[in-house]
Amino acid sequence: MSRRVSPGRIGKKPVNFSFDGRTFQGHAGDTLASALLANDQLLLGRSFKYHRPRGLITLGSEEPNALVTIGSGARQTPNTRATTQELYEGLSASSQNRYPSLKFDLLSVNDRLSRFLTAGFYYKTFMWPRSFWESVYEPLIRRAAGLGKLSEVEDADQYDKGFLHCDCLVIGGGIAGLEAALEAAHQGKAVILCDENPRLGGMELFDSAPIDSVEGLIKELQSLSNVRLMSRTTVQGAFDHGVYSALTQNTDHVAQPHKAAPRQTLWRIYSSEAVLASGAHERMIAFDNNDRPGVMLSSALRGYLNYYGVLAGDTCAVFGCHDDARKTVVDLHAAGAKVIWIDTRSAHEPVDGVQCFTDARVVNTRGRHRLKGIEIEQGGERFWLPCDALGVAGGWNPRVQLTCHQGGRPRWSNDVGGFISGTDLPPGMRVVGAAAGEYLQGNWSPVWDVSKRGSAFVDPQNDVTVKDIKLAHQEGFISVEHLKRYTTLGMATDQGKNANTLGIGVLSQHTGNAIESVGTTLFRPPYTPVAIGALAGRARGKAFKPTRLTPSHEFATRQGASFVTVGNWLRAAYFPQAGETHWRESVDREALAVRNAVGVCDVTTLGKIDVQGRDAAQFLNLVYANGFLKLPVGKTRYGLMLREDGIVFDDGTAARLSENHFVVTTTTANAVPVYRHMEFVHQCLAPNLDVHLISTTESWAQFAVAGPRSRELLQRIVDLELSNEAFGFMACAETRLLDGTPARLFRISFSGELAYELAVPARFGNSLMQTLLEVGADLGATPYGTEALGVLRIEKGHAAGNELDGRTTAVNLGLGQMVAQTKDSIGRVLANRDLLANSTLRLVGFRSDQQILTGSWLIPPGRSSEQDNTLGWVSSACYSPNLGCYIAIGFISDADQYLGAQLRAVSLLDKVDVGVSVVSPHFIDPEGERLRV
Amino acid sequence: MLINHPLLGLRDAQEFVYKGDASLLQRPQCESDNALDAFTNYAYLRSNPAGLHQELWYHEQGDRSWLVVTRNTLTHEIVNVELASEVDA
Repeated sequence: MSRRVSPGRIGKKPVNFSFDGRTFQGHAGDTLASALLANDQLLLGRSFKYHRPRGLITLGSEEPNALVTIGSGARQTPNTRATTQELYEGLSASSQNRYPSLKFDLLSVNDRLSRFLTAGFYYKTFMWPRSFWESVYEPLIRRAAGLGKLSEVEDADQYDKGFLHCDCLVIGGGIAGLEAALEAAHQGKAVILCDENPRLGGMELFDSAPIDSVEGLIKELQSLSNVRLMSRTTVQGAFDHGVYSALTQNTDHVAQPHKAAPRQTLWRIYSSEAVLASGAHERMIAFDNNDRPGVMLSSALRGYLNYYGVLAGDTCAVFGCHDDARKTVVDLHAAGAKVIWIDTRSAHEPVDGVQCFTDARVVNTRGRHRLKGIEIEQGGERFWLPCDALGVAGGWNPRVQLTCHQGGRPRWSNDVGGFISGTDLPPGMRVVGAAAGEYLQGNWSPVWDVSKRGSAFVDPQNDVTVKDIKLAHQEGFISVEHLKRYTTLGMATDQGKNANTLGIGVLSQHTGNAIESVGTTLFRPPYTPVAIGALAGRARGKAFKPTRLTPSHEFATRQGASFVTVGNWLRAAYFPQAGETHWRESVDREALAVRNAVGVCDVTTLGKIDVQGRDAAQFLNLVYANGFLKLPVGKTRYGLMLREDGIVFDDGTAARLSENHFVVTTTTANAVPVYRHMEFVHQCLAPNLDVHLISTTESWAQFAVAGPRSRELLQRIVDLELSNEAFGFMACAETRLLDGTPARLFRISFSGELAYELAVPARFGNSLMQTLLEVGADLGATPYGTEALGVLRIEKGHAAGNELDGRTTAVNLGLGQMVAQTKDSIGRVLANRDLLANSTLRLVGFRSDQQILTGSWLIPPGRSSEQDNTLGWVSSACYSPNLGCYIAIGFISDADQYLGAQLRAVSLLDKVDVGVSVVSPHFIDPEGERLRV
Repeated sequence: MLINHPLLGLRDAQEFVYKGDASLLQRPQCESDNALDAFTNYAYLRSNPAGLHQELWYHEQGDRSWLVVTRNTLTHEIVNVELASEVDA
C-alpha cells in the first residue's frame, strides 16, 4: 500500500481535508495529490473517453490524469490538477467524469468497446443523418465524454491585473534559474524571478541529496533589493518586444482568504531580457495498460518519497531506459521498499539488494482500480511479477514551450533524447539548465512503444493509444499536425506536455523515419490553463465598460425617466408622467409638446470638436463634401462628411464662432471615429494647414430647445437679442446666460420646428435643464427623450444612424447636390463613380394605418415575398402623433416612379406584411417655414 | 508589442489604433485627368508584404499622433517610427 514513511521536506503539521465526501488527514505543505497518496488513495479520476480508472502520473503542473473539482457553489473550480493544488484545512475536492461513483462508473463500458472507439470514430460514425449531429449526437457525446463541470453561478472571487518592469525576467526557480538571477542581480539589473511552485528550488527539492546550496542561493537573492522573487507565479506567454504574461495564485492555497484579496493576479511583465530556466519533465513509455493507478513517472515516485515522505508501494518497480531510473531505485531501496528494476539497456551500474532485469521491458500490467502486477519480457521470455507501484523513466522533455510562442520551432537532440529549443528564440530570451537540455544526458536509449496489443496510452487524458496513432497514419494522416487533430493527441488540458514527444517517437518508430524528420507541433500560450476570471480581471459587470452619464442625468433620474443605452452613454428615452401606463403615451405627449409649445432635450452626447487655426475653414472645406470657405462668422452650416470611397460617413453641423474658430458636431455614434478621421486628414493629408483639433464632447452640456415657443423661453434666460432679425435661422453666438454663465447658442433644428441648441460648461448642465423647465413652465416646457427625438426627426425626414449605415451615398439620401464639384474634398472623386452616381435608390417616406417595422422589405402588391422582388427597405419607423398614423422612412429603387404608389412592407422574420403608401420623406412642413419664423 | 513613439518613447501597442498601409499618405490630386483610376487605387489597393511594411498607427489613448511605423510583418520587429505629419508624402 501507499503510505507516509517520513516527514520528507514538509514537516508533520496535520491538515484535514475531504475527497468525494470522505475525510482525510495530510500535512501542511502537501499537495492534494501527495496527501491522497499518503492515504493510499490511488484512484483519482476517470479518463475522458473510455472512463478508465486513473491515478497520478506526475507531481507537477503537467499532470494529465489527476483532475479534480475543488470547492462548490460560486467558488467551484473544475479540472484542477491535484498535483498543484496545495492542501489547506477544510479543503474539499471531488472526482470528475464518473457516474454514479468513482469506483463504479457506468460508462466504463466504453472501455470494453474501445476497439470501436478509435481515432476518427466520431467523424466516421455520426455523419448520418446530417441533421442528427447538432440535435442528438453531439449533446450525447458531450455528456459522456467530459471533464469537470462549471458551477454555472457567478464566480464569487475577485481577480486583478498588474504591470511589472524589469531588466531581466528569470522563468523558473530551480538551481539554474536561481544562479541566473543572482548573476543578473550582481550586474546591477532589476530582476524578477517567477516560479509556478509554492517553494523555490525546482527539481533539487525532490532528490534525496542535501539542498544547502539551493537554500543558500535563495537566501542571498532574498537579501538583494533589486530582486523580486515571485513564487506560485507561472509565466504563461512570451509576446512581442519583451512582453510576458504571468499568473500569480494568491489565495488558492489559503483556507479562508481575506475578502478583499484577489484570488489570482494576471501580470504583464516588460523585460528586454529573459532567462528560461523552466526545467524538464519526464515522459512515459508506451506499454499495454500503462495507465493503471499506481503507474507513474520515475521522477514522481522519487519526488513523492523525498519531498513529501510518501512511499507509493511496498513493492515498487522501476522501468527505465535512462540513468534517471537508477536514482529512483536507490532512493526507494533506501526507504525500505522492495524494488524491482527493469531496464531496456544491457549494462548499467547495479544497486545492491535490488532485483534487476537488463535488456528487459515491461509489456503489460494488471489490476483494475490499482496496479497489482507487471508483465516483463526478457530474452524472449515473458513473466508476471506482483508490485503495487511502477515508476517509468522514459527520458526527459525540456520545457521549451515559451521558446515557441513567437514561432520558434524546437529541434530534436539525440544527446538529450528530447526536443530542445531551436535557434529562433523570442528576441532577448536565452535558455539555461535542464530546459536547455543540460543535466539530462543519462545514457538514454531510444525506447517508445513496447506494447503488444496497442492499448498503450500515449495521451492518457484524451485516451489516445498507440493503435490510434497507427490507424491515423494508415489512413493518410502523415503530418504530425494532421495526426494531432485527427486523434486529439496532445490536445488535452496538459497541452501535449506528456503526449507530444512520445507520440512523435511512436510515429517515428512505426514509420521508420528519423524523429527529426517526423517534425513537431508548436506550443501556444498559455503554458498552463488560466481561469477566464483572471483574464477578465476587474472588467466584469458594471466595470466591463464605462457608463457615460449625461449632464442632466440626475434631473432625469428624479423625473423617473426611462433610460436607453447608446454606445457607452445612458440617455433618457422618455419621461413618464403620472397616469401614463404605456411608453407610447409619454412619447406621443413629448412629441406633441415640441410641435405645439416647447420641449427640452439633452443632446450632449453628440460629438463636439473644436477646430481652431488660420486654416480652419480650409481644413473643414477638405473634410466636408459641401463648401465651408464662405461660411460667415456667426453662422452655422449643415455638413456632410464622406469616406474616401464616396459613401456617407457622418453628418453634423459646423458653427463659425470667429474667423479662425469653428465648433463641429458629429452624431453620437461617430464622435470618436470622426475625430480620429479629422486628425488623420490633418496629420497625414494636410499637415501644412494651421489647424488644431480637440474633442470637447464632455466639456459642454448641450440642450435642444425646440418648438414654437422656444424663442420666448430662451429670451427669459439668455443675455442676447433673439428676434428673427437679430438671431436668424442658422445663427450662432458665444454669449452668457442672464446669471453670467458662459454659453453658446446655435439656431439649428433637428425637429423641423423653430429651435435652438444651448450649450453651457458641463458642470452647469443639470441646473440649466431644471431652470429651462421651471422658467418655461407657463409656456408648456416639456422634457423629451430620445424616443420623441426620433419621432420628430422621422416626421421631418432627417437621416440619422439608421440611414447613414455605411452603404448609402449622398445621392441615395437626396443630398447629391451637396457634394461640391468645384473643390477637393474627401470622397468627392469616388462619389462620382458611375456605380454610385447612377444609383436610383432614394430616401422616401411611407404611411400606413398599421404599424410598420424597421427592417421590413418593400415589395409591390401581388408579387411574392422574395429577394428578387424587393424594391428597398424601411430604415426607421414610428407612430406619428402629429399625423395620427404610422410613418416610416426608407430607401427604394426608382423612387420617382413609385411616389404615391401602394407597396407592402414585409418582414418574414416577424411575420408582418402591411400595406404602405409611398410619400415624400418630409411629412411635416416640407417647405421648412416653421424653422425660419 | 511596444512602439517607440518619437515624442513619448516606448508605448504599449494597446494604446494605439491600427489603420493600415501607409500608402494612404499619398493621396492623389483631385483634378488630374486620371483622378478616378488614381483614387480607386488609393482607396482599394494595398500592398501586403511579407517583410518590412510601413503602416499607420494612431496613438488614440495617448497624444493623438498619427505615426508611420515600419514593421517587419514576419517578425514584428519595428525598425522605424516617425510622426506622419513629418513624413514626406
